[in-house]
Order: sequence, then structure tokens, then C-alpha cells
Amino acid sequence: MNVLIDNSGLFVTGFKNTGILFVISAFFALILGTVVAGMRVSPAPAMRAAGTLYVNAVRNTPLTLILAFFALGYPKLGLPEIGFMNAAIVGLSLYTATYVSEAIRSGINTVAVGQSEAARAIGLPFMQTLTLIVLPQAFRSVLPPLFSVFIALLKNTTVAAGFSVFEAGAIRAYLSERGEPLLPGLLWVAVIFVVLVLGILTPLQRYLEKKWRVAR
Amino acid sequence: MSSVLFDVPGPKARTRNVYLNVATIIVVVGIIAFILFRFNESGQFTAKKWEIFTFPRVQQMFLTVIGATLKAFAVAAVGSLVLGILLAFGRLADSRWVRVPCYWFTELFRAVPLLILMMIMYYGLPSAGVKGITPFIAVVTGLILYNGSVLAEVFRAGIESLPKGQREAGLAVGLSKGQVQRIILLPQAVRSMLPVIISQLVVILKDTALGFLITYNEVLYYANFLGSQGQYGSPVVPALMVTAVIYVGLCLILSGIAKLVESKMSSRVKVVRTRVGVAG
Repeated sequence: MNVLIDNSGLFVTGFKNTGILFVISAFFALILGTVVAGMRVSPAPAMRAAGTLYVNAVRNTPLTLILAFFALGYPKLGLPEIGFMNAAIVGLSLYTATYVSEAIRSGINTVAVGQSEAARAIGLPFMQTLTLIVLPQAFRSVLPPLFSVFIALLKNTTVAAGFSVFEAGAIRAYLSERGEPLLPGLLWVAVIFVVLVLGILTPLQRYLEKKWRVAR
Repeated sequence: MSSVLFDVPGPKARTRNVYLNVATIIVVVGIIAFILFRFNESGQFTAKKWEIFTFPRVQQMFLTVIGATLKAFAVAAVGSLVLGILLAFGRLADSRWVRVPCYWFTELFRAVPLLILMMIMYYGLPSAGVKGITPFIAVVTGLILYNGSVLAEVFRAGIESLPKGQREAGLAVGLSKGQVQRIILLPQAVRSMLPVIISQLVVILKDTALGFLITYNEVLYYANFLGSQGQYGSPVVPALMVTAVIYVGLCLILSGIAKLVESKMSSRVKVVRTRVGVAG
């Protein structure tokens, strides 16, 4: 307990930055993932191919490598500086978007065929069929996998600690600098993550699932 | 499937699709061209930055570190599968004293970030007096604890999705509970859950790269070391490119092998089914 109280400033700042990384990356990943999922079911073959290429390439690359590229490789390219925090956000968003797109695509496939047939029958074009009829229903049925993706994102933010972002994963380095006991410190970090995942995100998922359940 | 979302294109839609295709290709080629242009502008393709990769010593080291990555993957994969099966059986046990601890074990280890687990192993335990924890042990135990818990849920879902009659028939012919689980339920659960198990194996392979952050000498760690070699122009970007090719290649090979196994397994099921059909 002492480690937590003596270094409360460290823990607060660390988890605040984890929260920032999580919320912003989740936002961009959701948008990009939805767009990519739309591309992967679109009538234009080139769009489908581009979406598939992106998803397959990024999903087979470790997150650590992607973050390493944006944190260590990007500054060498002579482009405007973005800072380590933004580099981590870009990397996490690009990585998570592929998982979001796969979740949504599987959701699109669960929407009953009659729904999109009916939409076409009343003359809606592809974009309207997708955004007005299919996606709203797909989002509801993909809520559980989507939440798993975001829980994974919350845990993945710790990887950014290896690339000069001061968040929950970096608390260890600061504790060791101050000569604090590491094991209790690290266990507290683990406990806070357990509380965040099992105490907040999982109940929220259950609540939303109940609220948005579709009668089929 | 996806083709339901749009009609067979008529003349108008076909011209529109052509425009869409052209636009997509222009955007994609534009992005790739911009990246290559930037790489070229900032001198990432100069011979000096790639020279280091032509040394036999460096190439040999690459083989060594790929071996280190694969070793961590192999040990972690086998360990996770074993732990996953044990935990799944634990969660389905009759005794509450087995079921509840197994439930909390899987829930807790899935909620803690893998990197934090590895850090607890590598930095936390030695600071509390535990000796002999190498980066390899930390990486592998972290991977096993986390992925074992994930796989436990997969196996459990697989076993629970089987028809009740399977278990009852097993018990009826006089098999013990343990035998029913091992001989009847587990093989079927594994077969039906194979795609999920395989994607989890790819996750394990990718997550070995976390070892980079706790000084395990694997591919990314070595690439980072090469990138810091000032006398060869600090080839960070070339080293990361080589690493990316290695990882994507390894993952694609693993997925390829997995698909092969999957098609073999599912074809065997089909044969069995047709035989049953003929006999019936």
C-alpha cells in the first residue's frame, strides 16, 4: 500500500496518460475500422483489395514493431515532428483499426440477408444500404467482440511505455529510479488494470449489450 | 455474404465501379509513392545504410535471433495449449474448489496487460529475491500465463458448444468422466475451435516481440541494435523494414501451415460423416 500512496503522483499521471492514449486511439480506430470494413464489402474490387491488403499486412505485424517504426523510424524521415505521444496514438489506432474492421465485417455478415435485399428493393444505393440499414444492426451484434478489441487496446497501451511515453507501463522505470520496491509497485499496476477491465469495461459491456439487444 | 449488399452491376454501376477502382488505385499508389519518396529523400535507400546487412556475420546473427523468436514461440505455444486445456477442464470440474480458482485465474490473467506480466517476472520477482529469471523465462512464462487463460476460454466454449448427447453417450458406454473429456469432448472441441486456436497462435508469435522491451535478444531487439550503429549511418528504418518482412513472413507461414492442418482435419470429418451416411 505504501508504494501506491508514496508515489500517488506517479500512478495518477501514468494512468491519466494511459486513459488519453486509450480514448483517442479507440476513437480513431473505430472510425478507420468502420471505413475499412465498408471498403471490404464494397462493390469496387480495388477497394476490397486495398482493405484486405491493409488488414492482412498490419495484423501480421507485431504492435511493438509498429510503435517502434513511429517512435524510432518516423523521426528519421525528415517529416514534421509529432512527438512520442502522438506517434503512439497513430500506431495504436492503425493497429487496432484492423481488429475493429474484422469485428464489424463479421457483424455485417450476421445481418439477415432479407434486410439488405429489402433495402435494395426500395431503391437504396450501396452507401445508404450500408449506413442506414446494415451497419446500425451490425454494430449491435458486434458489441461483444468490439469490446474485446477495446479491452485489448487498453492493455496494449502499455507497449507505448517502451517508446518514451509516460503511461502505466512506464511507472516501473520511474519507481526503480526512485529506489522503490518494484514488485509491489508492479502488482499495483496490475491490480489497477484488473479493476479497469473487470470492474469498469466488462460491466459496461454487459449493460450496453442488454440495452441494445435486438429481438430476432 | 458481402455480395448481398449490392446488385449485379448494370451499365451505370459498372462505369461507377471503374471510377471507384481508379480512384482507389490512385490513392493507394499515392500513399505508397509518398512513403517511398520520403524514404528516398531522407536517404533510407542509400548503399551506406544497407551495407551492414551484407555482412555474413550480421546475416548469421539474424538467423540466431529468428531462432530465439521461434524458440520463445514454440515453448510458449506448447505451454499455453497445455495450460489452456488444464484450465478448461478445471473450469468444467464438478468440485467448486477447483472450478472457482480456475475461473479467477483465467479472468485475472486475461485482464493484466502481457507486458506488465513480463515486467513482474523480469523486474519484480528478482527485486523480491527470486533468482535465475532470464529474459527468456520472463517472456515465455508471461506468454503462457496470458495465452493459456485465453485458450482455456476457447476450449471451454468449444466443449460447451458440443451437443449434450456426446457426453451422455460416452458415459453410457462406461467411460469415466476424465476419459469422456479426453477422448470424446476435447478432440471435437479442438476441431471446431481450430480457427480461433490458430489465430491465438499467431498472436503468441507476434507477442514474442514484446521481449524487445525486457531485453530478450530477439529479432526486434537485434534490429534496434543495428539501427544504433552510427558508422553505418544509423540504419533504423532499413533495420525495421527487414524486421517487418521477417515477422510478416513468419506469421504468414504459420497461418499457411495452420490452414493446411485445418483443411486436412475438416476433410477427415467429412469422410467420417459420409461413411455414417452410407451406413445409415
